[in-house]
Amino acid sequence: MAAASFAARLTVPQRSFRNLVELFAKEAMYEVVKNVRIPIYAVSTVAFPLMFYVLFGIVLTPNNPVNRSQAATYLLATMGTFGVMGASLFGFAVSLAVERGQGWLQVKRASPMPLSAYFAAKLISAMLFSGTIAVGLLTVGSVFAHVRLAPVQAAELISVLMAASIPFGALGLALGYIAKPNSAPPVVNLIYLPLSFCSGLWIPIFLLPKFLQQAARLLPPFHVSQLALRAVGMSRETGPTGHIQALVGFTLLFLGVAVVLYRRDEGQSYG
Amino acid sequence: MAAVIVQPPWPATPPKLTVAQANRVSKAYGSVQALREVSLGLRGGELLALLGPNGAGKTTLVRMLLGLASPDSGRISVFGADPRDEIMRYRVGAMLQVARVPETLRVREHIDLFSSYYPNPLPIAETLRIAGLEEIKTRRFGELSGGQRQRVLFGISICGNPDLLFLDEPTVGLDVEARRLMWAQIRALVALGKTVLLTTHYLHEADALADRILVLQHGAIVAEGTPAEIKARTIGKQVRFSSRLSVEEIRTIPGVVSATADQQKFELQVQAAEPVVRELLLRDSWLSDLEVTTAGLEEAFLALTQNHHSKGVN
Repeated sequence: MAAASFAARLTVPQRSFRNLVELFAKEAMYEVVKNVRIPIYAVSTVAFPLMFYVLFGIVLTPNNPVNRSQAATYLLATMGTFGVMGASLFGFAVSLAVERGQGWLQVKRASPMPLSAYFAAKLISAMLFSGTIAVGLLTVGSVFAHVRLAPVQAAELISVLMAASIPFGALGLALGYIAKPNSAPPVVNLIYLPLSFCSGLWIPIFLLPKFLQQAARLLPPFHVSQLALRAVGMSRETGPTGHIQALVGFTLLFLGVAVVLYRRDEGQSYG
Repeated sequence: MAAVIVQPPWPATPPKLTVAQANRVSKAYGSVQALREVSLGLRGGELLALLGPNGAGKTTLVRMLLGLASPDSGRISVFGADPRDEIMRYRVGAMLQVARVPETLRVREHIDLFSSYYPNPLPIAETLRIAGLEEIKTRRFGELSGGQRQRVLFGISICGNPDLLFLDEPTVGLDVEARRLMWAQIRALVALGKTVLLTTHYLHEADALADRILVLQHGAIVAEGTPAEIKARTIGKQVRFSSRLSVEEIRTIPGVVSATADQQKFELQVQAAEPVVRELLLRDSWLSDLEVTTAGLEEAFLALTQNHHSKGVN
C-alpha cells in the first residue's frame, strides 16, 4: 500500500469562466438542434396549439365580429398556455426519462459536464419553443382573426408564456424521474390533457361547472393562463400577485419532488 | 483509425503510482450481490483488463470508479480524490455501454459538445481522426451501424485527452476487422502513458491488450496475474471418456482442473493430458471412448471460473 500513500496527484488545468460560458451555450444549442430535428417533438409541440387555435379561435366562433375577435384574443392566451405546457412537459419529462433510462445521462455524468448545464439547456430549449408557439399564435390571430394587441401587450404575452417554461419544466423534471423511457409519453399525456381541460385552456374557465372553477386554482396551468389573459387585457381576476406566488410555490414543490427522486436514483441502476 | 495521438499539455502519470483504487468494495442491488469485497489498484500507465462473464460485476465496478454509483461498503479513490469530484473527471474518459444515444445529432456535433466539457480537449479534427470518424462526421447518430456507434462512443471517451480511460466492453458488436483497429488504437493510447481499465468477456482480448488481468466471477475476484500467468492456469487439454469411476474420485487426480459427468461419460479440463490419462488407466483399465482435445480459450476460461466456483470460494 506504499504506492497508495503518494498516489498520483498532479495538477489539473482549471476551466476558465469563458470555457464555462461556451459549455453552457453549446449544451443549449445542441439541445435545441436535437429537438428541432425530432419531427414528433418539433412539429407536434408547435403545430398542435396552432391547429387547435385555428379550429376553436377562428373556425368555430360566433358570427358577430366583436365576439369573434374577443374569442380569438381569449384563446390566444389559453392556447398559448396549452402549447407552452406541451413543449415544456415533453421537452423535460420525455427526454429526461429516455436519456436517464437508456444510459445516455450516465455517459454525460461520467464526463465533467456540470449537471446544471444539462438542465439549463432543457429549460432554454423549452423557452425557445414556447416563444415560437407564442409568436406563431400571435401571427395567426392578427392575420386571420382580427386580434389587435398593442406591442406592449404582445411582448407581455410572449414573456409570460416563455417564463411559464419554468413551472412546467419543473413538473416535467419530476415526471422525468418518475417515468420509465417507454411509459413517459403516455404518462405525460395522461397529465397534460386533463390538466389543460380543467384549467380552462380549451373551454373558458367561466363556462366550466362551479366546482371545476374552484378546483382549477390548485392547477398550475390555470395560474399561467390568468397571467396570459392579463397580458391581453382579458383577465377577470384582480392582481397578478396571487398567481405568481402560486406558480413559485408549485415550482418549488416540483423541484423538491425531483430532488427526492434524483436522490433515490443515486447509486441505483439508473442515472 | 490512425495510431497517433498528440501529447497532453501536462505530463503523463508517472508509471507505477496508483492512479485509482478500490478497497474492499461491496455493492448490492436489492437481493443481488453485485460485488463482494473487491479490491484493486490501477497503476499509472498500465492496461488492466477486468475479465468475466456477463453479470460478474464488471460494469458495477467501473460505475463506482467513475463516481456514478456509491459502494455499500469499502472505499474508492481516483487520483487520490473522491471519484465524484468534477475536477477528477477532467482527467478521466469513459466509454460506457449505452442503449440509446440522441440520434438526431451528427457525429461531429457529439464530439464537439463533449470536447467543450474539458478544459484542454484534443482538437476535434484529431479526435475524429483517431477514432476513425472522419468519413462519417456529418452523419446523424441514428444512421450509423453498430460498429460506427461504438467508434463514436470511443471518440467521446478520448476527446478530453484524459490520462485515465475506462473502456466498458469497447469491442462488443464489432466485427473482426473493426476489433483489430480498436485494439491498435487502445495500444497506442497505452504507449503514450495513458492508464486504461478495460472490461471484456473475451480472454483473447484481455490477452491481446492487457498488462494485467483480473478475473471477476459472481462479484468477486477469482484470479489475478499477467496474461501469461492467467493462460498458464487456463490453457490445457480436454479429456473425454466413459468410465465407472466416480466424479469425486476423478477430481482428486492431480492435474485435473475440473470434471463433469453425465451418466458414465466424463469431461475433464486438465493442465497436461498424459499424466492424467496414465493415472486414469491405472485406476480403471476398462475405461473407453478416450478422446483428448486442445481446449479452446473460452472453454479454458470457463473451466477456470467453474473450478473456482466448485471449490466453494463464492
